[in-house]
Amino acid sequence: MVTKRVKFTFPQELIKEPVIYKLGVDFGIVTNIRRADIRDDMGWVVLELEGEGDVVDKGLEWVISTGVRVDPIAGDIIEG
Amino acid sequence: MPHVKCLQCRECKSEYPIEPLNACEFCFGPLEVSYDYDSVAKSVSRKSIESGPNTMWRYHDFLPVDRESAVDISTGFTPLIHAKNLGRQIGLDHLYIKNDSVNPTFSFKDRPVSVTTTKALEFEFEVLACVSTGNLMGSVAAHGAKAGMETMVFYPADLEQGKILGAAVYGPTMVAVEGTYDQANRFCSELADAHRWAFVNINMRPYYAEGSKTLGYEVAEQLGWKAPDHCVVPGASGELHTKIWKGLEEFEAIGLIDKAKTKMHLAQAEGCAPIVEAFESGNNQVKPVRPKTIAKSLAIGNPAAGPYSLEVLRDTGGTGVFAYENSIVDGIRLLAETEGIFTETAGGVVISSLKRLVRQGKIKKDEVTVAFVTGNGLKTLEAMGDFVAPIETKPDLDTFQTKLSNRRD
Repeated sequence: MVTKRVKFTFPQELIKEPVIYKLGVDFGIVTNIRRADIRDDMGWVVLELEGEGDVVDKGLEWVISTGVRVDPIAGDIIEG
Repeated sequence: MPHVKCLQCRECKSEYPIEPLNACEFCFGPLEVSYDYDSVAKSVSRKSIESGPNTMWRYHDFLPVDRESAVDISTGFTPLIHAKNLGRQIGLDHLYIKNDSVNPTFSFKDRPVSVTTTKALEFEFEVLACVSTGNLMGSVAAHGAKAGMETMVFYPADLEQGKILGAAVYGPTMVAVEGTYDQANRFCSELADAHRWAFVNINMRPYYAEGSKTLGYEVAEQLGWKAPDHCVVPGASGELHTKIWKGLEEFEAIGLIDKAKTKMHLAQAEGCAPIVEAFESGNNQVKPVRPKTIAKSLAIGNPAAGPYSLEVLRDTGGTGVFAYENSIVDGIRLLAETEGIFTETAGGVVISSLKRLVRQGKIKKDEVTVAFVTGNGLKTLEAMGDFVAPIETKPDLDTFQTKLSNRRD
């Protein structure tokens, strides 16, 4: 099993989209939300993803393609 | 490290042992080092600090490592300069520049990296690593060399050659990561999970961040054991801003200074100002941005400590302010021409933002103000553009005198 911890940041127009639900149904990924903050104009969710083989990577590629930003839970780690 | 209690989650306050961890297992919040301040107060005094070395290690009681094993390349206790010329120009009587560009690798990063490298040896790591686009990589490479550790430096493949050389000279393994910035970011985060390496700003982040507190201690000591009225701090991840404030709060907590009433201002570049934008909109959330700024050392679009930096701004009455992109080089030149200090673009952001704060009436003429200059100008020469217009003369006195007169007219 592959496990990844990530942060999704939703732009305003995607807040109502069931992105996390689809990760479970369409990709078979187990999603485990640990913290979240959803407002009118943006939202973020910190969660753990678990799945077989490369499904987690494929699921994340799909999430990125929807326009949701995906980051490591610590935010940007490339520093100046 | 007799005064360290534990690691504590900044969000849910869960506690963890002192280990190479950076995230809470419950809520995935960031971890921070927690101290027993009663114990610190019993072993520290102004006198004991003043008798310490002229480096950041005079404050070892406030750091999460043993002083005896410190990996020290003479970092810290950098000059606090009363900037009378610059102050006169912008209307401040008590302006000070904390010149951290004179550290061994020419940036403030030597402070957190010195602490992290020491801690990495305590944890018996054999490899020191980082992912960086500039100052951090040079500092990690230098400290890895001093510590005799294998050192891995990851950087985006399109990085300028000058920055690569500034780290490569210390002999680390240099790894150019292809792909977009976001891809490199996620790849390096996964690397930290896959290898037992001390990634200074990933799995070692709680210890790394503590090193920046020493800037706050130094400023208070150098001002005669007083906190300033204002600090103007450059903002990237936001961690430096929070840790300078933590340093002042700790000095206050154990009675080394009176109550710190410092307004902690944060300066970002117009092209990457997520924390300032959240501050201005009254939002508690920091909305990630795509950086587009010449201040590369501040180009962090999704700042790890953004929410905590916002808290410091609001708790201290500070202001989040950005410098217009076309004013950054002006700020660099103004500092150079008035005080003889050549800073990098982050320093230009600070000086331009300082001017805006004064114009906005946020800082008064007679208030003690410290502007933090965190990196050397020779690191960002490419940002300066072509502004040099020399007098071109034949090698004879008359020609030169005529041209000089023309220039002065």
